[in-house]
Amino acid sequence: MGGLQKKKYERGSATNYITRNKARKKLQLSLADFRRLCILKGIYPHEPKHKKKVNKGSTAPRTFYLFKDIRFLLHEPIVRKFREYKVFVRKLRKAYGKAEWTGVERLRDNKPGYKLDHIIKERYPTFIDALRDIDDALSMCFLFSTFARTGKCHVQTITLCRRLTVEWMNYVVTSRSLRKVFLSIKGIYYQAEVLGQLITWLVPYQFAHDHPTDVDYRVMATFTEMYTTLFGFINFRLYQTLNLVYPPKLDSKAESELKAEHEEDYAMDSESYLEKLSALSASLARVVATAEEEENQLDLFPTEGEDQENMQAREKEQKEQEAQKRLFEGLKFFLNREVPRESLAFILRCFGAEVSWDKSLCIGGTYEVTDETITHQIVDRPDMDKQYINRYYIQPQWVFDSVNAQMRLPVEDYFLGTTLPPHLSPFVEEKDGDYVPPEKLKLMALQRGEKPVQEEEDEEEEDEEEEEEDDEEEDDVDDEELTEEKNLKKMEGTRAQGKTLAVKVTPGKVKPWETGSVGNKVRLEQEEKAEEKRLAIMMMKKKEKYLYDKIMFGKKRTTREVNKLTAKRKAHEDASKSQKKQKKAKKQ
Amino acid sequence: STLWANKSTNLQRGDTASTIDVSVLDIRNTVGNVPMEWYQDYPHIGYNLDGKKIFKPIRNKDELDEFLDKMENPDYWRTVHDKTTASDIRLTDEQVDLVHRLQKGQFGDVNFNEYEPSVDFFTNEVMIHPVTNRPQDKRSFIPSLIEKEKVSKLVHAIKMGWIKPRKPKETTPQYYDLWAKEDPNAILGRHKMHVPAPKMRLPGHEESYNPPPEYLLTEEERLVWEQQDAEDRKLPFLPQKHSCLRAVPAFSRFIHERFERCLDLYLCPRQRKMRVNVNPEDLIPKLPKPKDLQPFPTTMSLVYRGHTSLVRSISASPTGQWLVSGSDDFTVRFWEVNTGRCMKTLEVGGAVKSVAWNPNPAVCLVAVCFERTVLLLNPSLGDRLVVSSTDQLITAYEPPEEDKEQAVTWALSEGLEHNMGHRLTLTHPKAVKQVVWHGKGDYLSSVMPDNSSNLQVLIHQVSKRRTQNPFRKNKGLVQCVSFHPLRPYFFVATQRYVRVYNLIKQELTKKLMTNCKWISSMAIHPGGDNLICGSYDCRLAWFDLDLSTKPYKMLRHHKKALRGVAYHRNYPLFASGADDGSVIVCHGMVYNDLLQNPLIVPVKVLKGHQITHDLGVLDVTFHPTQPWVFSSGADTTIRLFT
Repeated sequence: MGGLQKKKYERGSATNYITRNKARKKLQLSLADFRRLCILKGIYPHEPKHKKKVNKGSTAPRTFYLFKDIRFLLHEPIVRKFREYKVFVRKLRKAYGKAEWTGVERLRDNKPGYKLDHIIKERYPTFIDALRDIDDALSMCFLFSTFARTGKCHVQTITLCRRLTVEWMNYVVTSRSLRKVFLSIKGIYYQAEVLGQLITWLVPYQFAHDHPTDVDYRVMATFTEMYTTLFGFINFRLYQTLNLVYPPKLDSKAESELKAEHEEDYAMDSESYLEKLSALSASLARVVATAEEEENQLDLFPTEGEDQENMQAREKEQKEQEAQKRLFEGLKFFLNREVPRESLAFILRCFGAEVSWDKSLCIGGTYEVTDETITHQIVDRPDMDKQYINRYYIQPQWVFDSVNAQMRLPVEDYFLGTTLPPHLSPFVEEKDGDYVPPEKLKLMALQRGEKPVQEEEDEEEEDEEEEEEDDEEEDDVDDEELTEEKNLKKMEGTRAQGKTLAVKVTPGKVKPWETGSVGNKVRLEQEEKAEEKRLAIMMMKKKEKYLYDKIMFGKKRTTREVNKLTAKRKAHEDASKSQKKQKKAKKQ
Repeated sequence: STLWANKSTNLQRGDTASTIDVSVLDIRNTVGNVPMEWYQDYPHIGYNLDGKKIFKPIRNKDELDEFLDKMENPDYWRTVHDKTTASDIRLTDEQVDLVHRLQKGQFGDVNFNEYEPSVDFFTNEVMIHPVTNRPQDKRSFIPSLIEKEKVSKLVHAIKMGWIKPRKPKETTPQYYDLWAKEDPNAILGRHKMHVPAPKMRLPGHEESYNPPPEYLLTEEERLVWEQQDAEDRKLPFLPQKHSCLRAVPAFSRFIHERFERCLDLYLCPRQRKMRVNVNPEDLIPKLPKPKDLQPFPTTMSLVYRGHTSLVRSISASPTGQWLVSGSDDFTVRFWEVNTGRCMKTLEVGGAVKSVAWNPNPAVCLVAVCFERTVLLLNPSLGDRLVVSSTDQLITAYEPPEEDKEQAVTWALSEGLEHNMGHRLTLTHPKAVKQVVWHGKGDYLSSVMPDNSSNLQVLIHQVSKRRTQNPFRKNKGLVQCVSFHPLRPYFFVATQRYVRVYNLIKQELTKKLMTNCKWISSMAIHPGGDNLICGSYDCRLAWFDLDLSTKPYKMLRHHKKALRGVAYHRNYPLFASGADDGSVIVCHGMVYNDLLQNPLIVPVKVLKGHQITHDLGVLDVTFHPTQPWVFSSGADTTIRLFT
């Protein structure tokens, strides 16, 4: 055989991948800088199909990047900025060492910086792309905006994050795009629908953070750097779509209204403006002053058949959404000082309510507690001393549950000092076979417009149905064989006994399903079908059998979980019932 | 206190340091300002002016003296101990006064006036006469040349544009419409295969601050949760219930979770996973309904009892009226099929490995093998004519002129044995495992598994009492053999292969790869073009001999090792029995059209045999005319399924 011998690992997948260390060396960057670059440019490692081949025969655990990705990074202008910064740090250190203070100052003035605009444009070529990826940015900015201004990151970053989040909230309020809210133990989840994209973010509760030591804040800061840039551009664009002024300005009318008497004492002028914005109680200034939002209606096109049905469904949906947007319109809320002001003000304003709070709580309260027109006061304490008759005193969960239910729920369950009904996640969409908590069923009935019926009956029925379904299949499978086996055993037993006699003929029994009653026929059919299925399963190909087994295993697991939950619920209800009875007995 | 003492001595010495030496008394210590501890171990504490030692007082004051002194001496408070002279000094009134004044922070000198009017030597008022008379420098009124040079350089640099004014620092980032000219076609190639990061999982009911009670963990579940590693936990947090929003604490792992998300975003390899979204019902193959494929055995109708040990082998007579079974209890039993009655029991001298009824309906002969013997029996059942003609056939044998050396000795049974039904005894050199008849009923093959010799398979001709060894070479341990039902082919199954020999041409025609580890049994389709092989690794291989040497289909229906397989002679049925105690009957339709593949559909799983010593069904055979199947098992029974 002629020709050169082919060398190993010089073609194929081995050349398509590059290890992290090699990539770093190729880019001439330190690991920290490489990490930063990857974060900013959105480069992530790849898992090769044949790891050993790519790793040139070694099985050592390594991180691989696509070689194309790294080549793509080579042309990034930011890499040069990183190097410049490295040089700057070196120079600065030298100047410090020599105590050349003018030099230090000059160097500091010329500190190299970089912009991420082009990276954002490159990573998100269209606006919708960017909007789709904003979830993490929102959560991160909301987290950073709650940091104390002590050392964990730059103060500018914190203020910028705060500014951007306030802008975002103002946008959501103005566009009324909030859809779902959820009070979890981690924080408050919000979901908004912006330009057709569902955007979910998580805001921590307002507490000082206990900063963990095993978290690398540099990584988080790099992400935040990228996210703030992205977020700012998105905000700009969003404000543009609503014809709002960016950076946001308060309506001139609102501004004059908000002018408090002792504003100078409250904060510096520059700061109080952001505070006023974050109060969310006033509307924003528009580029072109329009009287009111005009109703945007769907244009009607002449359609036929299915399209028409679709159209109608869409119209209905649109209507529902419109109704949801006006959920709290016409209501006047007052927030007590112990409830989370910002989140509640945000939600209530998103659905068109008027909100106010105590003047000492925050700037921007528009009316006092004593206002007679207040319809709801949100309170989170066991009791109130002075209560007005013409308003409801409700707990904050009412607002959240109402938003999720897309209707104003009856306030009775949420009155002061009552035990609250469970707060359900609006993000769970139950498929058939999944567990549905009874509260959800009740809520769904309420949404359909039914009156709340005797609740317990409902639940029990539900439970029974589920159990039956689970049992049925297994029963069918075994029953026939079991009975047969029993009969046989009996026969065998008699045979064994009668062995001493020469031959004994026992009268044959007619099997119960052969008598031909209707129920038995149905049963027989079911059995037949079950057996057919079992036989067909035997004939499956190995691959398909594996897949089938896996699917069935998953199904069984879900049913097991559902059963567990229902059992737990039942046990809980029984316990609470017996407690009630005991209490009654005691009373008597 | 040393400071205090020094101060007091200084006071005694006089006002100024220069006069100390002159004005002191002659008993003054001359050691200077050294720590007095240095003299601790000496009887003296220094030297006076004359160079004489100053001795310590003989008796030092102890605590008690000190105390008495404090109580009795009215001047105690103004008495100071001088360490250098080791004497007590009583302070005078002036000295006490001085101390008081110093303690108050006043000047030591009583007469010192700290508020004397200050004399303003160089006033701010311009006087007529200058303080100095020096004339002004010339440079003070001539512009500096050096500065001029510097400035002109700067001016020149500015003019030339070398120096630019510093740009005002941008503190806040500037935002603008980044996507003003968005061009969806301008997506880079890299982004086409870009995998966007999956979104965070949305929270379920269990994450609520006030979840329904069923989502809260019970005490045991909580303990389990706490003991689990963080990766194994199903929920990354403990569900909690709070009575009101006010009581909800901060989530301690909030920053952690966000950080972990960051790590996921830049460290996790991303891959597009194709999730199969199939309805499991669609995966089940659409087979014809077993109902449409009837007849096939469905229920157990008879159990033949009588054997006391496992029944190794069964065989049905060609008329279908009788059944023979051989068992490990050294007996061969003959049964009437329809009644289940044991017609005859024959004791033989060993565990019966295999029985085979002669397929020729005109002959009533049964081959039984145990140990090294193959016995040909005439059970004398059924048609008398047939029985007698069989006996005649055997006695009609005439030994040939030249007696050939044979591997097997043929012996005619006589006397008592003849009465019992024994007709011919073939004594083999080794233990025989299986006997098989040829379809015509004249030839008979016996298997003596042995790994080391070529004498494993023998073919006997009953009418001529002749035996031959067809193979010259050992091709592996022979498991079973079989004759082709129509053509002169001979099938030999070794451990992993089935070899097909042409008996006329005396050559190997085919070698079938079974893909099994160890073949246990084999059956040939009555058409002769298909073959099934059961194996100890739970598989059944169907070969289409015209198609390929590889199995057409592998069936893994049984859970345990297959022991016996059988085809039905007339109906398109085959059955397999295995150690899991079940007999599976399948519909195996073979079409005359060569282009159409055989249709294999399992139609019934027949259970009934009990598993004893990990053995279930040992042999299966079909009724020659009816769609019935017999199975013999390790539970000493034979069962008939109809």
